[in-house]
Amino acid sequence: MPIPLGRSTFAMNRPPSVLASAAVGGKKEGEDPMAQWFDEIHNDTTFGEKTWEKAESRFQQRACQLALKKAKIAPEQVKLLLAGDLLNQCISSSYGVKELMIPFFGLYGACSTMTEALALASLLGDNGVIDPILAVTSSHFCSAERQFRYPLEYGGQRPPTAQWTATASGAALVGKSSKPPYLKAVTIGTIQDLGVHDINNMGAAMAPAAAATLLTYFADTGTQPHQYDGIFTGDLGQVGSKLFYQLLAQQQVNVTSIHQDCGCLIFDAKTQDVHAGGSGCGCAASMGCGYLMRQLEMGKLHHVLFLATGALMSTVSCQQGCSIPCISHLVYLSTDPTPVFQGG
Amino acid sequence: MQYFYVFLVGGAFCAIGQVLIDYTKLTPARILTSYVVAGVILGGLGVYQYLVDFAGAGATVPLTGFGNLMAQGVREAVDQYGLIGALMGGFTAGSAGLAAAILFGLLAALVFKPKDKS
Amino acid sequence: MKLTPQEYDAMIQKTVPPTQSGRTIPAAFLVGGLICVLGQGLTDLYLLFLPQQQASTLASVTLVFLSALFTGLGLYPKLAKFAGAGTLVPITGFSNSVTSPALEFKSEGFVLGLGAKLFTLSGPVIAYGVITSVIYGVIYYFTGLGG
Repeated sequence: MPIPLGRSTFAMNRPPSVLASAAVGGKKEGEDPMAQWFDEIHNDTTFGEKTWEKAESRFQQRACQLALKKAKIAPEQVKLLLAGDLLNQCISSSYGVKELMIPFFGLYGACSTMTEALALASLLGDNGVIDPILAVTSSHFCSAERQFRYPLEYGGQRPPTAQWTATASGAALVGKSSKPPYLKAVTIGTIQDLGVHDINNMGAAMAPAAAATLLTYFADTGTQPHQYDGIFTGDLGQVGSKLFYQLLAQQQVNVTSIHQDCGCLIFDAKTQDVHAGGSGCGCAASMGCGYLMRQLEMGKLHHVLFLATGALMSTVSCQQGCSIPCISHLVYLSTDPTPVFQGG
Repeated sequence: MQYFYVFLVGGAFCAIGQVLIDYTKLTPARILTSYVVAGVILGGLGVYQYLVDFAGAGATVPLTGFGNLMAQGVREAVDQYGLIGALMGGFTAGSAGLAAAILFGLLAALVFKPKDKS
Repeated sequence: MKLTPQEYDAMIQKTVPPTQSGRTIPAAFLVGGLICVLGQGLTDLYLLFLPQQQASTLASVTLVFLSALFTGLGLYPKLAKFAGAGTLVPITGFSNSVTSPALEFKSEGFVLGLGAKLFTLSGPVIAYGVITSVIYGVIYYFTGLGG
């Protein structure tokens, strides 16, 4: 059973492993320095489908298939699938995974879905009853644009704070193993809303959620940033990352030397015209299940806090003038299986 | 020289629109709506016609020109049919532009496929 | 976070990169101006064999056609990224706002997709334009304003 540390942090008693993980990306994702960490790049972002929604489903299906193949586990052996995405009623997930016939819980955490799924997989998988668990999420630039913003052919200018929804998917299979990386602790985030209304500045809206969850984790575990060699936030982008540092600095916490943001990693801001960086469930999912997991597997990183961030507004709430509620969930990934206890 | 005024006035309308995009939170749809409404009001006040006489397409091509056209249409319809003309003129004057936009929009939708951006 | 929304907003304002108005405004001016010059050129061309009113209307219709074509080819959004309001404010922007949802929502069918969504962006323009014109018509009937 997970051991509670404070109110919202739980340490795993017998930390489950990430058995295998896979990342799939679209054309733009294949044109940046991160391309090598994707298992597959699909230059045809329609995936041969007639609609963008179906295309996104296929990305998610492909990420699941690749993760299962790497782990040499058949879909029938998987006990639970945790999946979510950005589209209304999470249709990318439902249509993407239906053929795998794995018992399914749908999640909605917007762009925080990857760590939401990993956190749930850790908590549910700790006692070994549900093993293995597959966690997957995706986003597609085209399906997100047409749901949240404008039609693709609409001529508009993006402000400098806007972020580009990644066309990508990431999947991770969580189960008992003696192979790192291990999922050692999770912090479940609370909703943070500091009154940001601008849907073209999601990084600013989400930065307080990431900062709050990280500070909660440090307080609950009694650990310090220097005990980790990597802190990966979801998709704060360039603007959100700067605000994240400022918010942490107010609490005398400095993570600048070990922090990386999936939104800043996934695209090259100078050459790819993405303004403040990448976003979407698939951004943190593909960076987490691709780049980050490989770094842990290769032993280049050993103690990593991974916090994807999500903006939980809808087009309705935006048009009704509501501010943007945001959330961030944290998972602690480590190459060392020793459980975490209070005080380190 | 006429073409210079066309460029200058048309460009100025767009530059004002860009200032609204850059410095206010107005969405493009709100800017377009404001332009048409402003065009109807300026046309109704009778001042827009001076700009049309001066700059031709520089004043008629921006959406304010579409608003001015509606105001003109309403005036003509009221002159001809009385008060009921107030309900007729706007659509009558804008009909060619609207019908063309719908027709070509529909045709483009039939012929082309939406494309990913990168 | 022990921070009020006002304090956080101040922090955001200090952090966000400034809009590049030094580039965007001249770009809007240039492209918008040129679209109007094209409109004038077309009007003058049609004037060779049509009366003023019809030549002007046909010029607008031509611009609407060109915009729909460029939208379908995916070129209009590329131009708009550079030109901003320069491609929004002319009638070509209106045409783009009709064509782009028509194209995009074709996947939801011809009636509720294409047909209904055709007006998602341009609907307010038509609605408020017509309403203002009706109000003006009533005022004109009673006062003769602008006549």
